[in-house]
Amino acid sequence: MDVRSQISMVFHLDKCIGCHTCSIACKNIWTDRKGAEYMWWNNVETKPGTGYPTKWEDQEVYRGGWKKSNGKVNLLGTGKRRGLTNIFYNPNLPVIDDYYEPFTYKYLDLIESPEGDDQPTARPVSLITGKPIDIKMGPNWDDDLSGTPDFGRNDPNLKNLSAEEQEVMFQLERMAFFYLPRICNHCLNPACVASCPSGAIYKRGEDGVVLINQEVCRAWRMCVTACPYKKSYYNWYTGKSEKCILCFPRIEAGLAPACMHSCVGRIRYLGVLLYDADRIESAVHKDDEDLIDGHLDIILDPFDEKVIQAAKMSGVADSTIHSAQYSPVYKYVKQWKLALPLHAEFRTLPMLFYVPPLLPVMATVKQVDNTEGGKMMNPIAKYWDDNWLYDTSTTELWGTLDQVRFPLKYLANLLSAGNEEMIKDKWKKLMAVRIHRRRVTVGDISQEKTDEVLREAGLTAEMADGIFYLTALAKFEDRFVIPPAHREQAIEMLDFTGDTKGEVGFGFKSKVKRGL
Amino acid sequence: MDYLNNFFLIALPYLALAIFLIGTIFRYTSRKFQFSSLSSQFLEGRKLFYGSVPFHWGVIFVFFGHLIAFLFPGSVLAWNSQPLRLMILEITAFIFGISMLVGLINLVIRRYTTARLSPVTNKMDLIVYVLLIIQTVAGLWIAYNFRWGSSWFSTLLTPYLYSIFTFNPDITAVSLLPWPVKLHIAGAFVILSIFPFTRLVHMLVLPLNYLWRPYQQVTWYWNRKKVRSSSTPWSLQRPENT
Repeated sequence: MDVRSQISMVFHLDKCIGCHTCSIACKNIWTDRKGAEYMWWNNVETKPGTGYPTKWEDQEVYRGGWKKSNGKVNLLGTGKRRGLTNIFYNPNLPVIDDYYEPFTYKYLDLIESPEGDDQPTARPVSLITGKPIDIKMGPNWDDDLSGTPDFGRNDPNLKNLSAEEQEVMFQLERMAFFYLPRICNHCLNPACVASCPSGAIYKRGEDGVVLINQEVCRAWRMCVTACPYKKSYYNWYTGKSEKCILCFPRIEAGLAPACMHSCVGRIRYLGVLLYDADRIESAVHKDDEDLIDGHLDIILDPFDEKVIQAAKMSGVADSTIHSAQYSPVYKYVKQWKLALPLHAEFRTLPMLFYVPPLLPVMATVKQVDNTEGGKMMNPIAKYWDDNWLYDTSTTELWGTLDQVRFPLKYLANLLSAGNEEMIKDKWKKLMAVRIHRRRVTVGDISQEKTDEVLREAGLTAEMADGIFYLTALAKFEDRFVIPPAHREQAIEMLDFTGDTKGEVGFGFKSKVKRGL
Repeated sequence: MDYLNNFFLIALPYLALAIFLIGTIFRYTSRKFQFSSLSSQFLEGRKLFYGSVPFHWGVIFVFFGHLIAFLFPGSVLAWNSQPLRLMILEITAFIFGISMLVGLINLVIRRYTTARLSPVTNKMDLIVYVLLIIQTVAGLWIAYNFRWGSSWFSTLLTPYLYSIFTFNPDITAVSLLPWPVKLHIAGAFVILSIFPFTRLVHMLVLPLNYLWRPYQQVTWYWNRKKVRSSSTPWSLQRPENT
């Protein structure tokens, strides 16, 4: 057992309101530079939609990630042979038009134009050439299902949905969508690292952050192709690839990454997971249907004495083990089994997990007598004097899953490598928590029914309360459990901090010798 | 004439080699961020194929052809002892030369007709293009007009280059060669002298290491197996990661 620690994330999609604050926070700090204007290390997509870059999930086009064939797992579009023979021209490299051509407006024209009969306008100009352009595409062009014929309907996740199912999804009365915020997944089996001919990309052992060494990158641009999530970007000006750094300078200082810190919906959780690096290879080689189980299986229980011992043997700091025990990610992913990795079938073992969105699809509206329920409500709360119930507690509760507005298959394509049961399981849990909390706060659902629902979802009342707390009430420290970076050790790379009498002084890494 | 010969065939090579060595080492050690192939495929990904691919494969074969003739002149002469094999060698080399020229022309056209590429084009790119085109055309001209290059290279130019590299320059034979050949020799050294100041440096960092390194790379600041071991307590040297 080779225990390593990984800072990983959970995004609770039910809570995402699609405000793009995370994207702006990230952009302001990291990518507001020449050559990086088009990059969104953090971006929020509307699903169904084609995303950014357009149709990034379609590996028939982009050839990213790993593929299993004949029992062997190989990089799909890159790798040693393809990477080196395609080094002069990478046939699978996305070009800037797949993202969008960055632009600004000539605002000064509004002020400086000479007097005339027409209103002066601020024409759009390209940030690459500086010349006026016709804007064809911009960030979040398809936000909130705009341009659905071009975007939503071309979503690669619709691939094995019948034409009928697709038609239902895009009927005006039944349309539904949700947001998918994406950052680098800081994978355990990163395709970008494996594809880099220069060896410029590496994973940090201490916290699992995947980084590109800007001094070693030579613009062979294989990582852009290799990353199935298209989260490695090519800076066209400096000739270097760049990617999300999980705000490691902030993490080392004990701060949450900018995107997470600024999250308005508080959908983001960050914490340590301990995992067994020896079993990565076998997890990667699992069949599609066992991939997620295999992935979650190598994540270790931080309370297990054996795991703690092995972690210490592998040099994991006590403080990191402690953080792992309080990790909200561990709770969501392992204890409650509520979160799933995005597109596990790409086989990179992404360490960013998503709680599937529970769309308002399973409730019925019926006539009931609400007088009793109304009495139990807080007097300050609005009195509920009408006699209908947005009922989520019928005996046919799970039966309605078949009538959902969002085809299960769609979410399964996105989050569970096609396994619909897995999504159903998460939805049941999310519903059970709601029913349980409704019993506690409103009281119009019987204890027996609640128990039955919880049992069917595989939860206990304590777990449901825990999920409720972390989902709805969690404070900053609950959502972000950041292990100390041990800067005191980092500084030892520059200075030996144990300087004593007789030493020459600070600033020397090696023994100081008199010159010849 | 002697002055010119001495300058272009003795002084220039040594000057070029000195600039190449010092400049490259300086740039690699202190301007590492600038060491990049500066690919522009991201801005224009279609026309590049018809330029980059024929040029690069052409230049690789032509370059190694020259290198083999320099390092193993005997084997080239032995190969050329049969006319059929000589023809195969010469025609193959010529085809790669043509491929290089076609690629170059496509690259030049692409770079100066695509608006998006102007912000990533600098003066050194133009100089490199001009020099490479002159060099390629001269090479093809020589191969066509002064046959058979592979044979007389091994008998005339290999000793000359050898004399340069052993610091005992001997140009008696070379100075009698026709001017296109001299142009080709001088051109090579001029390219060598501007080499460190152009994007050509990317050929020095060709990632052959990729062939034998493991796919995944994980790094630690400290030797993680030792950093917490009780057998290596607080000491003057922390267990560093190798």
